[in-house]
Amino acid sequence: MSAAGAEPAAGAEPAALGGAAPLLTVRVDRKVYAKRGGKGGTEAVEAVSGLAFDLQAGEITCLIGPSGAGKTTTLRILLGLDRDFEGAVTPEPSRAGMAMVFQDPRLLPWRSIEQNVRLGLPRAERARDLDDLFTSLGLAPWRAHYPGALSLGMQRRVALARALALEPRILVLDEPFVSLDDAAAASLRALVVEAVARSGTSVLMVTHNVAEAIEIADRLLLVSPRPARLLASLPLDRPRPERDRAWADETRRSLAVRFPGIVAQ
Amino acid sequence: MALLARLFSLAVLLALWQGVSVYADTRTLPAPSAVLAFILREAQSGSLFFNVGVTLGRVAVSFVIAMSLGVLLGIALGRSRLADRLLDTPLLVVLNTPALVITVLAYVWLGLTETAAIVAVALNKLPNVAVIMREGARGLDPGLEEMAKTYRFDRRTWIAHVLLPQLQPFMVAAARSGISLAWKIVLVVELLGRPNGVGFAINYYFTLFDVTAVIGYSLVFMSVMLAIDALLLQPLDAHVRRWR
Repeated sequence: MSAAGAEPAAGAEPAALGGAAPLLTVRVDRKVYAKRGGKGGTEAVEAVSGLAFDLQAGEITCLIGPSGAGKTTTLRILLGLDRDFEGAVTPEPSRAGMAMVFQDPRLLPWRSIEQNVRLGLPRAERARDLDDLFTSLGLAPWRAHYPGALSLGMQRRVALARALALEPRILVLDEPFVSLDDAAAASLRALVVEAVARSGTSVLMVTHNVAEAIEIADRLLLVSPRPARLLASLPLDRPRPERDRAWADETRRSLAVRFPGIVAQ
Repeated sequence: MALLARLFSLAVLLALWQGVSVYADTRTLPAPSAVLAFILREAQSGSLFFNVGVTLGRVAVSFVIAMSLGVLLGIALGRSRLADRLLDTPLLVVLNTPALVITVLAYVWLGLTETAAIVAVALNKLPNVAVIMREGARGLDPGLEEMAKTYRFDRRTWIAHVLLPQLQPFMVAAARSGISLAWKIVLVVELLGRPNGVGFAINYYFTLFDVTAVIGYSLVFMSVMLAIDALLLQPLDAHVRRWR
């Protein structure tokens, strides 16, 4: 990002040359929830069973699976919010340089847009110049407003701004375009792609919208219904600007044939 | 408009009072004018300001003590299941002990002292504050907790921008209900064991069967407390809710 390009991202380490070393490696062998049943009995619900992938620098990775498959559980694990699982996340989530955009934007309703973005930064960096960031996301006129004054689409932009302000190495998005109208979703999608192109941030996006994923992903990770298991890791080689309607339809059709349970015709 | 309606209802009340007092025994129901005359007399002699000041001081000190301890206790109860289990019963016991009993016991155990009076008022109010704050602390948004964790909010940031804003409406509610509770109890406490204050004055004039003075003192003190609510607590409430 241009706002403070001179500053290294928090905790930046010299990356292995050649980009071979992944930014993040996630391996969840098993994740079981103890669901409380009636009369004090507990019932074990297996949410994830064998889900491993890594994230490469500058790549947009889309994690696709049916609703309720355990995608959000996987996100919580890789963010370090849930440590009760079998497997490993390397490096340590707090040192991986991740920033998260939650599905419900999770802004502080009692703080202004500007404060919401600044509070996401470490104390020493809060006073930084963020003009370019606000302008690039179209939020400049709203800086002094409270989140309640904004539409969901605009609130997601604020959440995106808060994440991008951290200049993360990995941007994690949980269903970022769900329940937005087409125009709002398209503009937010463009903003994500643009931000990535500008800063070289790697993106992990969780979605159940296959068309959306085909439009922007460099790689698709297909996940089975609960318990979540990795079915396939599919690179999409065509450069994003060259992806037209025909190509997208064709890709989707071939996926639907190979993974009928996950990708609808 | 709202103010006008309030003033109108007040005027009707006064007129009604004046009307009834004409027919009633002036010793048991003095006219508003007589009460006003008493208030002016008492103000000129200085004892009105002294007594109201002393009582206000007690309300303020016990209010601050009860609020700060009650808020901390309530947060602990709402955040920790163990604390809640351990302290719920004692809390219920204090909550259901009559104000009079707490007051009498405070005087017996601590003597007829200023400390005992303040402890009695604070102890009467504290459980209410704690119960209200417990509700607030139980209702913290888990989504914001996760957000604060992923963005690694430091403790100070978390308290100032995540915890307190969520608790503020409860604090204001506790303060508003608490201050009216405190001033009602403080009068009883003064009546039972203090040589000054509004409660003492009311008791003194009660023994003389001077109803004019009793009504005069209670009116003045009530007005002071209403003014505190209107000029201090309500604006605070509005300030806390400004983002809505």
